[in-house]
Amino acid sequence: MADELDDLKAAFDAATPMPGPLKKRDNIALAEKNFADLQGSRSGARLTTKRGPMARLGQGVMTMFQTMTTKGALTASTALVAVAVLIMLPEDALKMPGGDVDLSQPELKVTPKPSVAEDERAEVDTAVTRSDDLDGARETRGRDNLVAAPVELQDEGAAASIGATRQSTEAESFAAGDAIAMEEPMMEAAPTLSQLVAPSDRAMIAPASPPTAKRLIVEQDRIAPLPESNTETFANEETSPLKVTADDPVSTFSIDVDTASYAVVRSSIMGGQLPPRDAVRIEEMLNYFPYAYPTPEGPHPFEPTITVTPTPWNQGTNLVHIGIQGTLPAVEDRPPLNLVFLIDTSGSMQDANKLPLLKQSFRLMLSELRPEDEVSIVTYAGSAGQVLEPTPAGERTTILAALDQLHAGGSTAGQAGLQQAYQVAEGMSDDGEVTRVILATDGDFNVGLHDPEALKDFIADKRESGTYLSVLGFGRGNLDDATMQALAQNGNGQASYIDTLSEARKVLVDQLTGALFPIANDVKIQVEFNPERIAEYRLIGYETRALNREDFNNDRVDAGDIGAGHTVTALYEVTPVGSSAIRTGPLRYGQHDDAETTVSRSDELGYFKLRYKHPGEPTSVLIEEPIYPEVSEGSDDVQFSIAMAGFGQLLRDGDYLGAWNWESAIALASTARGDDPFGYRAEAVNLMRLGQALDR
Amino acid sequence: MHVILIVMRMETSDEALARAAAGGDADAFSAIVSRHYDRVFRLCFRLMGARDQAEDLCQDICAALAAKLAAYRGDARFTTWLYRVVVNAANDRRRRAATHARAADGWGEVEQARRAEAIEKAEGLDWLTTAMRALPDELRDTVALVLDDVTHADAAQILGVSEGTVSWRMSEVKKRLRALKEAENG
Repeated sequence: MADELDDLKAAFDAATPMPGPLKKRDNIALAEKNFADLQGSRSGARLTTKRGPMARLGQGVMTMFQTMTTKGALTASTALVAVAVLIMLPEDALKMPGGDVDLSQPELKVTPKPSVAEDERAEVDTAVTRSDDLDGARETRGRDNLVAAPVELQDEGAAASIGATRQSTEAESFAAGDAIAMEEPMMEAAPTLSQLVAPSDRAMIAPASPPTAKRLIVEQDRIAPLPESNTETFANEETSPLKVTADDPVSTFSIDVDTASYAVVRSSIMGGQLPPRDAVRIEEMLNYFPYAYPTPEGPHPFEPTITVTPTPWNQGTNLVHIGIQGTLPAVEDRPPLNLVFLIDTSGSMQDANKLPLLKQSFRLMLSELRPEDEVSIVTYAGSAGQVLEPTPAGERTTILAALDQLHAGGSTAGQAGLQQAYQVAEGMSDDGEVTRVILATDGDFNVGLHDPEALKDFIADKRESGTYLSVLGFGRGNLDDATMQALAQNGNGQASYIDTLSEARKVLVDQLTGALFPIANDVKIQVEFNPERIAEYRLIGYETRALNREDFNNDRVDAGDIGAGHTVTALYEVTPVGSSAIRTGPLRYGQHDDAETTVSRSDELGYFKLRYKHPGEPTSVLIEEPIYPEVSEGSDDVQFSIAMAGFGQLLRDGDYLGAWNWESAIALASTARGDDPFGYRAEAVNLMRLGQALDR
Repeated sequence: MHVILIVMRMETSDEALARAAAGGDADAFSAIVSRHYDRVFRLCFRLMGARDQAEDLCQDICAALAAKLAAYRGDARFTTWLYRVVVNAANDRRRRAATHARAADGWGEVEQARRAEAIEKAEGLDWLTTAMRALPDELRDTVALVLDDVTHADAAQILGVSEGTVSWRMSEVKKRLRALKEAENG
């Protein structure tokens, strides 16, 4: 049996060459250069760059200290467990299913103020030394802990829990040594001696940190649903860098009307923990909120409004605010809707905030549907197959009965759930009707196709045939945000994360029309900045939606979709020529000759272009208009979206924010709250306050 | 002093070095890169199947390592983490190559022109090349790791799958190799 492998191994060993010495030298030099550059770019970290033999000695001493404080760190962790329980219990209680009552509002009053544990923690911290102190600091800024988590266990079922237990042991043994400030480049300063001496101010609040959470998994059943954070994966990219207009005047991106990121951020903060950095997609935080931009009047289904306004966090720059309002066709005129719910019934879905919440959300939505709409339910994993044949939405009792039959349990069975759902959907659709598959899951995408690429292709293929896919994420701990995003984007649908009943109402009821009825497909934006006016610019957010410049005119490149009544917001921070805020220095060589580079074109800051397709059409339509330099205050909507962009940046890194802080964000958001009929903005301000407390 | 220094350097574990490097220590970073370069190259070759591609992949990894290391949390063994970085970078590279429809010289390209001078001396390599090309990417990655003496458990961590999946993949690899052998002999 092993013969074949032995052959292969022998062949491998014989064939594997030694690395070329020159290439090796170059590659290592490249690595070192990039390392040095990275240190240079984060000024705080430079302090820890210790060179020379004495530094090495110090390193050894530190290693010794770290080893010695392991015990202390464990004691501290015990205190953290207590904190976690204090925070989680009320939330758990609130999330228990209990009829169609809006349960989420009281949650806002839950303030994670773990005073008892705080004292314990402070004691421990003074008793031990630096490493534990930093451990505390790191946990307080828990958002970084999941960035590129080196081990993302995506195992199914039992394997995951074994993995988690094993990891927990690892986490314990590293609890102390691990504590060097390796993942906090944006802390004021990396570990210095002064912190060694006076650590107490670091140990403010100790929220449920990933290592703690992992340790808790073992006893999880008896305590509360805590995030097993290390199986979550988030889709994100590095923050869009500053661009020099002279070098790179054109910025191209796809619009994004997803809102999942905001809900994940909220669920993290309400759980007493800052969200992992990669969970924060600023464009989704902007677009979570309904804005009342001027409604379309012309021939197009939506209308862009461009506002230039001073940047609150930088006096030397302006913000170019692009607001796009989608038209809202009269609701009565909407075509009949066919919905196929593809529901994950794997064992992990049984938590109160998963399947039970889904059932309640479903009930809410049902009352919004019309008698001519049809609903079908297909399940995968656990119980399998079609549990509700296509049924007119008028037959509430039949639908509710089928819904009540759903239960999570059993092992994950690789059913061809997705194919079946699409098959049902195709059987339901008639001309002029809108057909959607809605996938509801907590992260188990074992829907019948194993290869992620094949899965995406399958969904994209079905998209062409007119069946779209939306994804609803439930629960934390196993959430596979990256796959959710990928599937929804390929399926022309929205990815939403449902953490509370009021979020379910927002996604499935208030915004049912927008989420389910596309008014424009493949919407792309391209902005060309005028190098005579704008020295530098950067797009805030939309990192995962960047397109190549040439993609803009290529109708075959897929992009985001706008649904009925959706608003989309994008923000550029621009630095005018001559401003003191220009970050890049002038070049000594290779300066362009001004006369030949640009034809003088008035004082436009830039030129805005947007392409979209009418649903089902193969060719795109172009909207274009210049960006004029007039600076104005902007509406409350504009100001509020700017506050949200600031909030997102505070959660991600805040590299460009200077002295602008939580206080400033809260003040701006509070004054720009405007008309807030659903209370979304008030909730955001509360989240900022909690975030401020957690970020200390 | 110097004696102590040397002893300490020798005893510095990968994880300690990685943490120091993540904290900004340039010496530690150089030390850990040099220590593991050959190992990384070997895995690159096994993943890509051609020397020049392996060196290019190594270059990608070296270029990005400083930034990636900043996020190393130390809750997996450094080598496990590093192998994961390598496997992911290899996947990225393959995906890019596929997107741009560039001809690849490695395992991936079935219609690769046989290099005339290699034919007679490298019958073993040729069998290896044929065998590796017959495997889909995920099996190839798994076998490259396991033949590099990575345990199934560690390979599972590196690839982000369960240990059972790794074992299943290895038995699948054996099955395919056997089929290949039979085809050759018969």
